[in-house]
Amino acid sequence: MTARVGVVTFPGSLDDRDAARAVRVAGAEPVSLWHGDADLKGVDAVVLPGGFSYGDYLRCGAIARFAPIMTELVPAARSGLLPVLGICNGFQILCESHLLPGALTRNSSRHFVCRDQLLRVEAADTAWTGSYSSGQEILIPLKSGEGSYVAGGETLAELEREGRVVARYVDSSPNGSQNDIAGITNEHRNVVGLMPHPEHAVEALTGPSVDGLGFFTSVLARLADGAPLAAATG
Amino acid sequence: MARVIVDVMLKPEILDPQGQAIVGACGRLGFPGVTQVRQGKRFEVELEGEADEAKLAEVRKLAETLLANPVIEDFTLRVE
Repeated sequence: MTARVGVVTFPGSLDDRDAARAVRVAGAEPVSLWHGDADLKGVDAVVLPGGFSYGDYLRCGAIARFAPIMTELVPAARSGLLPVLGICNGFQILCESHLLPGALTRNSSRHFVCRDQLLRVEAADTAWTGSYSSGQEILIPLKSGEGSYVAGGETLAELEREGRVVARYVDSSPNGSQNDIAGITNEHRNVVGLMPHPEHAVEALTGPSVDGLGFFTSVLARLADGAPLAAATG
Repeated sequence: MARVIVDVMLKPEILDPQGQAIVGACGRLGFPGVTQVRQGKRFEVELEGEADEAKLAEVRKLAETLLANPVIEDFTLRVE
């Protein structure tokens, strides 16, 4: 049976169409989810796409966190059962929702950064990174103004100790992120937040590589295994 | 009607690039004595009736939940 992967559209989402396309290219059926409906439509996994949800008023992701769809998504994600990938603004929403620790703040350079960015995958054991190998370098677009990851010292130490840094910027951090962090995961490893955009690197025609496709094929492989994530990871 | 002011500031250890940009502008504009600027947000929350303890507790909850992100920001509350 084809896996169904939901893509949430908030007012101000930009990359929902590309995310849905990436899901399709990976071999799954994309399902449009609406921020205002408290209904996940029975999907097997969810992508929170990039953009500027609710205009990013107050703080990035701060209003989106309280959208009706999130009342369904948050408990399912927290339980470890529902795989969720938050990209860029989606990462910010996951942090504001406390599904992931820390916060994303303004780039230290004060400039919006838009470029193809080399990343090193550090954790290949999450629901979204099983298709990669640990240490693999991938090239995908980065485009954000508030991508600087910050967390308290204890939280940062815990992320490092538990191998929950999913990807790091290679060479130097383009935005001032602590420990060059580009993405992290939760304790069940079903929720992943990533600042760069894998959905823009799934086809040679439009992307700098097809390195981003692995995030989407990873979750399909995980779903095909059929093992509940929480049980599989303890 | 009561008005409660909520001031939100980035925690001291969090880098404030906007504040740094303002310091840079101060130098160029002929205010060389300015050594640091931290930029924050001020919310004016208007309430029905008097700002009693129960209402202030509600605003405090609002500040913790929505107006500030306690991971990176501190806030203070006062009745105006």
